[in-house]
Formats: sequence, C-alpha cells, structure tokens
Amino acid sequence: MNLFSRSIRELHQMLVDHEISSVELTESVLGQIDAVGRQTHAYLAVTRDLALRQARDADDRIREGARVRPLTGIPIAIKDVLCVEDVPATAGSKILDGFIPPYNATVVERLAKEGAVFLGKTNCDEFAMGSSNENSGYRPVHNPWDLDRVPGGSSGGSAAAVASGEAIAALGSDTGGSIRQPAALTGTVGMKPTYGRVSRYGLIAFASSLDQVGPITRDVADCAILLQAIAGADARDSTSSPHPVPDYLDGLETGVHGMRIGVPKEYFVKGMEPAVEQAVRGALEVYQRLGATIEEVSLPHSDVALPAYYIIAPAEASSNLARYDGARYGVQAGGGHNVIEEYELTRQQGFGAEVKRRIMLGTYALSSGYYDAFYLKAQKVRTLIIEDFQRAFEKVDALLGATSPTVAFPLGAKTQDPVAMYLNDIITIPANLGNVCGISVPCGLADGLPIGLQIIAPGFREEVALRVARAFEAATDFNRARSALIGTAA
Amino acid sequence: MIATKYEVVVGLEVHAQIKTESKMFCSCSTDYLAAPPNANTCPVCLGLPGSLPVINRKAVEATIRTALALHCEIPEFSKFDRKNYFYPDLPKGYQISQYDLPFSRNGYLEFEVRGEAGRCGITRVHLEEDTGKLLHAGAIEQAQSSLINLNRAGVPLMEIVSEPDLRTADEAREYVMRLRAILQYIGVNDGNMESGQLRCDANVSLRPVGAREFGTKVEVKNMNSFRAIHRAIEYEVVRQTEVLDGGGRLKQETRGWNDARGLTVSQRSKEFAEDYRYFPEPDLPPLAVSRAWVEKIRSALPELPAARRDRLVSQFGLSAYDASVLTSSKPLAEYFEEMVRLGAPAKTAANWILGDFSRFLNAEHKEIQDSAIKPQHLQQLIGLVDSGAISGKMAKQTFEEMYHAADPGPALEAARRTQQISGDTELEGIVDQVIAQNEKSANDFRAGKQQALMFLIGQAMKLSRGRANPERLTALFREKIT
Repeated sequence: MNLFSRSIRELHQMLVDHEISSVELTESVLGQIDAVGRQTHAYLAVTRDLALRQARDADDRIREGARVRPLTGIPIAIKDVLCVEDVPATAGSKILDGFIPPYNATVVERLAKEGAVFLGKTNCDEFAMGSSNENSGYRPVHNPWDLDRVPGGSSGGSAAAVASGEAIAALGSDTGGSIRQPAALTGTVGMKPTYGRVSRYGLIAFASSLDQVGPITRDVADCAILLQAIAGADARDSTSSPHPVPDYLDGLETGVHGMRIGVPKEYFVKGMEPAVEQAVRGALEVYQRLGATIEEVSLPHSDVALPAYYIIAPAEASSNLARYDGARYGVQAGGGHNVIEEYELTRQQGFGAEVKRRIMLGTYALSSGYYDAFYLKAQKVRTLIIEDFQRAFEKVDALLGATSPTVAFPLGAKTQDPVAMYLNDIITIPANLGNVCGISVPCGLADGLPIGLQIIAPGFREEVALRVARAFEAATDFNRARSALIGTAA
Repeated sequence: MIATKYEVVVGLEVHAQIKTESKMFCSCSTDYLAAPPNANTCPVCLGLPGSLPVINRKAVEATIRTALALHCEIPEFSKFDRKNYFYPDLPKGYQISQYDLPFSRNGYLEFEVRGEAGRCGITRVHLEEDTGKLLHAGAIEQAQSSLINLNRAGVPLMEIVSEPDLRTADEAREYVMRLRAILQYIGVNDGNMESGQLRCDANVSLRPVGAREFGTKVEVKNMNSFRAIHRAIEYEVVRQTEVLDGGGRLKQETRGWNDARGLTVSQRSKEFAEDYRYFPEPDLPPLAVSRAWVEKIRSALPELPAARRDRLVSQFGLSAYDASVLTSSKPLAEYFEEMVRLGAPAKTAANWILGDFSRFLNAEHKEIQDSAIKPQHLQQLIGLVDSGAISGKMAKQTFEEMYHAADPGPALEAARRTQQISGDTELEGIVDQVIAQNEKSANDFRAGKQQALMFLIGQAMKLSRGRANPERLTALFREKIT
C-alpha cells in the first residue's frame, strides 16, 4: 500500500518507529500530486520546497525524540482561503492574484508548531462561495471518483486531495456546508466545528458569523487528531470561544449504546435521491443494532434556513469583500479615469459571476429601507433555528441525516441554475445558522459514487459527533472504499 | 451677528482622537505623525484578507470617561457596527463604528457666553476608528496620482454629537472650547485642532423665529480653529439669510470652510443621501458594560473645569469671569495655580496671565505651554513689582523682552540688576542703620552665628525695598562687624 493512501495514525506510528521518514512520506504524496494533479486540479499552488524543508525539520524532531506530536511530519493540504506566510493566497479569486500574505492564520501557526508539513494551497470556489468548485476563478476541481463529476464545494480541492492521495489530510472551511458536502461527495470525513471552536484569524472571510475552519480526513480518528491541533481560544479572534477543549481521542471508541439519536423528519427533503435516502435509513438500522435508540424529531424551521442563509451570508460577504479594490494588493485593473472608475473596473474584472451575484444580494439586503425586511428578519429566523436545535437536544444526544441530498453530479449540470446549486446545501446550512457542530462520514455508494451521512451534535460537543461517527465507521465497511485515483485499500 | 427674523440652529459633531498607546483594534502605535508613511501598520489596520479586529479596552474606557464627564447615560449593552463606503483611505471598505447602541447617550455640556449660562444637549458619544490619510499630487480634482498613508488608520476616535441646541456662533465656539477643556482635563485628548487631533463639523440651519420645524441644514467641514468655527458659522448665517430673503431655497449639502478666503464652498450635494448599510460588526461580540466598571471610571474622574472654576472663585477670590477663562484650558489653569503655589498673589497672577500674556499668545496662535516663560519667571517678575524694585511700566517692558527671548532668564535678571543699589556709599548707610537697630543680631554674628548674618541681610533688603545688591551687602556686613 502506498504511503500517500494511509491515515495520519498509521503514518505517525511508522514515523515514530523510524520505519519511514517524513521526507519519504512527503515525496510519496508530492509524487501522487505529480501523477494525478492535472486530472483533479485539487491544488492552486504546491509548496514543494516548503514541504520538503518542513519534512526535514520533522525528521530532526523525530530523530531527537523531542516535541513529537501526532501531526509531526504529516503532509497536509491547506484550503486557499487560509493565509500561510509568504505563500500566495487567492481564495480562488482572480482579484487576489499575486497577493502574498505576510502572516500566518492561527490554525496554520498551530499546525506548524505541531511540525506538520504544508503541501500547498487547495483549489476552492471563489471566496468559498459555491457547492461544486466550478466557481473557482482558476479552474474547476474534478472528483477523483469520477473525473466528469464535481467534488462538491467550496472545499472541493481539499476533499479531492484527501480522496486522491494528494494529501493525508486537509483543512477546509465551512460556511453553509463547504466541508461536509464535499466530504460526502468524495467519500472522506469532514467536520464543521461549532462556531467559535476554531480561530478564524487568517481565514479570508466569506460570512464572518458563519465561517468555521475544520478538518477533512480519511477517517474519524484522523479528524479528531486534526481538530485537536486547531481547536481552542485565540486572543486574535474575539469570536473564538474560551470553552475548554476536551481530548477528542479520549472516548472516541465508547460506542453509542444507550445513546438517543434523533432523525429530523425535515431532513428527508424533496428531491433527495432514493439511494441517498436508502443509505441513511440503512445507517439508522446500524445504530439501532449498536444499541442506540432512534427517534423522529422535528426542526420545524428547517425550510426557512436556506432563504435566511442567502440573506445573512451575502450581506456579510458584501461588506467583507469591499476591501478588494485593487489599491493595496491583488489585481488592479488600470485605465480608470478616477478612483471610482478604477474600483469598478477592478471589481468587474476581478470577481466572478457568483461572487458578484452575492455582493448584489447582500448589498440589497442591507440597504436602508430593506434592512428590517431582510437582514433583521433573517437574523430572527436564525434565532428560531438555534431554538429548534436547543429543543431537539433536550430529547436526543445527536441528530442524523444525509449530508447532501444527492451524490456528485456531472460538471456543468447545475451551473446555469443558481437556485438548484444552492439546494445542495439545504441539509448542511442549518448547523451553521444553529451554532452546532456537524460531521460527514461515508455511508455507502450509489453507482460507485460516495454518499455522506451527517451527524449533528450540540454546540461545543464535537466529541459527541466524533464518537457517534466513529461507532458507525467501526461497524461498517463504507470507509474502506477508495476512489479510482488512489487505488483500492489493502 | 446681524439682526435677523430667523433663528439660527447649530448642532456640532466633534471628532476627538483618543490618546492611547495602541490603535483601536490592533497593537500598532498611534504615533502617526512622527512615523515614516505606513510604518505603524499591521495586517489588521491594513485590512489584509483574514485579519480580525480586537477591541482596545483603554479606548472604551476613555469613551466612557468622556461620556461621564458630559453627564451621559451609559447603557449596559453596547456593540460595534460596520459603516460601509468606498474610499482609498478606508482599507477595509468599511469603518468600524457604532450605530444604534453607542457607549453613551443623553448628556449635556454647560458653557457661558459673556456671563450668560448656556447648556447644550449631547446626543451621544460613540467610538470608532480613524481613517488613513491621502496625499494628492496637486489639487484633488486634477491629481494624476494619490499616495495613501495608513499610519492613522485605526487610531481610536470618539464622535461627540450635540443636539441642535446652539443658537449663535459665539455659543458654538464656547461649546467647543468647553468640550476641549474637558477632554484635556480627563486626559483623553490634548485638544490640538490644527493637527486634526480634534475636528469639528457644524450643522447650520435657519428657521423663522417661532417656527418648530427645522430648516434645511448645511454641514460645514474643515474648520481648524475656534476662530474658524466662529467665522464659518457667521458666514453661513449671512449666506443662508440672503438665500432665504431672496426667495430662494437652501440645498442640503456639505460645504467646506475656506479660511484664507473667509467663505464656505459647496463640496457635495446630499440630495442622494449616502446609504452606509450599517449592520452589526460580526467580528466583535456585543459588549456588556458592567455597572461596577462604570462606577470605577466615574470615581476616578479628576476635577472638571466647572468645579475648578468654582474653586478658583472661592479659594482665591477671583471673579467668575477670570476663573472661567483660566479654566477654559487645562494648561492655563495649571499655569495659574503653579504661580500661586510659588508665592504670587492670585489676583495679580490672573491679571498677568489673562492680560498681556494672553494677548501675546493669541496674536501668535500659541498656547501658554508653548511659551518659554514658565510660572516661576512670571512669579519672580511680579515679585519685583510687589517689592517695589521695579515699576509696573518697567515690568511690562521686561515681560515683552522675556516673551520674545528664547530664554526669559537674562531679561528678568537685567531688570533685577538695573534697579539694584550697588554703590557702596548708599549701601553703607543702609548697613549701618540695620546694625544699629539690631545690635543683638550683630553681636550674635560676631560670636560666629552665621544665621544672624542672613537675618541682617534680610533686614537690609527690606529697608532697600529689595533693591540692594545682596553680594555687596554680605561683604559690607562682614567688613563692619568684626
């Protein structure tokens, strides 16, 4: 079995046993990027020199036996919305072409301290706005399971990299499903932590009150390890939570016996593919067999989550993206006769269609005279969704549903219909609005394409979501399936 | 002010930078004037992608201190909002400010115009961040390029908004003077208007006397001194009166004060009101302002100008007017009290400070703390007059020499010397007389008591009304008492 297809835990053991070096491991992954990168387009930039330098440093640490952490020497991909000092950051947008951040995101700094190896910056929808990666300002990402299909989005590059062996694990960001949905579509594990669990400092903002950084990995234990490294309060992010971070590996194997698992009836949405529904129903049986009690619950405001999201997120985005005017960094169009004309030209040329659409939506929603009817009302809906979750979690420990109503769809299938594209996130969005956490784990294949099972736990109870996910993973074989590009698992 | 059938309505918006070490949302230095362009910047105040603001608690405290000094209510719950607009001096494309839940509201400020007490309501004091500065190559309209300096971007800035309670240019000027004094007293701002540390915009409108509704308001900007505020409002009143009397209608607009030409110039029309799309700043959680914190800030408030004025009247017997002018600026009051502490009679000290000294300073637009004449110099000069060593006329001449010299010492010393009695013949007469009248002390000195000599010299100085040369006196006493 190739090194690039193994898990963090396996590789960590091999590294500390001196069976392999981090340089060998890193070269194995870089080799896979060379081999399949042109097919997936998972990366926007590969930081080969940086990776090998970090791998050598990691090998030194391991040789000295000092400061060896679970991620020391492990090659990781970073979504291009996160700043790595002296490495170009584009957020998938042409407008940031050439921007080199002079600082590290907090999560990047924490991984660097662990001794992780940075492979490069992964492709994504422009400013994380999209569900298929076709909104990348550079090129779409192709799904390693079927290169004619999308990998999901917006963290499609990170998910595809993990699914194709182009990274051992990756960081993504999730504003309305951007980690969980691509994880579901690529047969990987992806977690959106509770808002405030992980620092947003250095995360290029899409919607500040919803954005959250999280892991995309091969299995649940790896997810726990990566989350452990990045979680916790940060003085540079006032919205990060002081809530203590538990040991996520501790109790991971406890199982679900005696747990109460809720199934929101609203999550079996119209348009859900029968194979997806069947896989979720199958998962319920697995949990029942493992000793959990399953009960139907209701999250009555789920139907208005999507419209509320498409007011709040674009509103915040319209403000967050105002700084891209070409005056200080990134691309400046040139040729304007005055400052306003120059702004217009730069933004016309620099932003893609979806970003412009959301800036306009958000600007409208915040406009004087419309604020109360749109933004304020959407915030009230958000409160109702938070209360829905609070009520449900009085009765059950975790909630279960599909991650995405469909499996990966062909490239181009939904690009002409923004609303059809938005509907991809209909079951993931409530967790972002509701201040809870969610994880997606593989739960079957439909015509050779992965299906994702979503587990939602209360705010700051990531250990519950991980434990429930791990119980399913341990009881089934679904996690063993691998994409064609990575080869079948041993 | 010309007689008019209109009532003048003025409201002021004062922006005051807060004297903190670091900026509002990052740890960069606020020293934006001395530093090379863009030296005091970081990812946060440059608005780089991914950066996040962190509130400077000292700036919040200064805002609450100001609000308390202005008798404002401090709500228990406050938040920051984003004010969205595009301009190259605003690196994020929005300014972090406060919209509907500012740190304070409903205060007032008391002032006096020619002995008449006045009061102006304070709508709110809120906290925001300053913008950067642009440098245009030539006039802004024709400039081919502009440079951006973001050293000032993110400096904490308070906005103090008044009610439209002011009725004359005099009142407006007094309001700003009083406000500036308060800011100085509580140590949040030095009150320098020319450097932009303190900025004032005025909303000026007219309405027929007796009318309830406000007239169309014009916002006047770019007034960089008390005098400019006064002149600009006077100008606007005349201009608006002429428009209305001519049957015209006023435009709601922003006008800039041109100090050199003495008039206001239309800058932009406000008919299409800017929509700033305010919404709560999602990067900063709302703030709970605890009552304990507010009370702690309140209890640490220093003596404010009004209290000091009352104290100067009761403690030193100054007139209300003199006390009022002396306390209108903190350095002025400090100067006065230091002179009194050194031994100057209070009324004389006040007369000097408010008379010639202020006249010279005003002519040069200088503040008392900028002068080389320190309280001890002026106190000594007054001492010379009081002891009869020099005449009042002589003192005025000396003061003028002292004022214009880089070091006032030599002029003061010269005054002391010119009137000194140094001739031994005259001094011998004095010395003999003192010895005759103080035999016991003379004997003590003869017996070796040095202190007795000091007493004898003191008596001689008194007899000479301070004019005797002390060195010669010493020598003569030593000669004669052996």
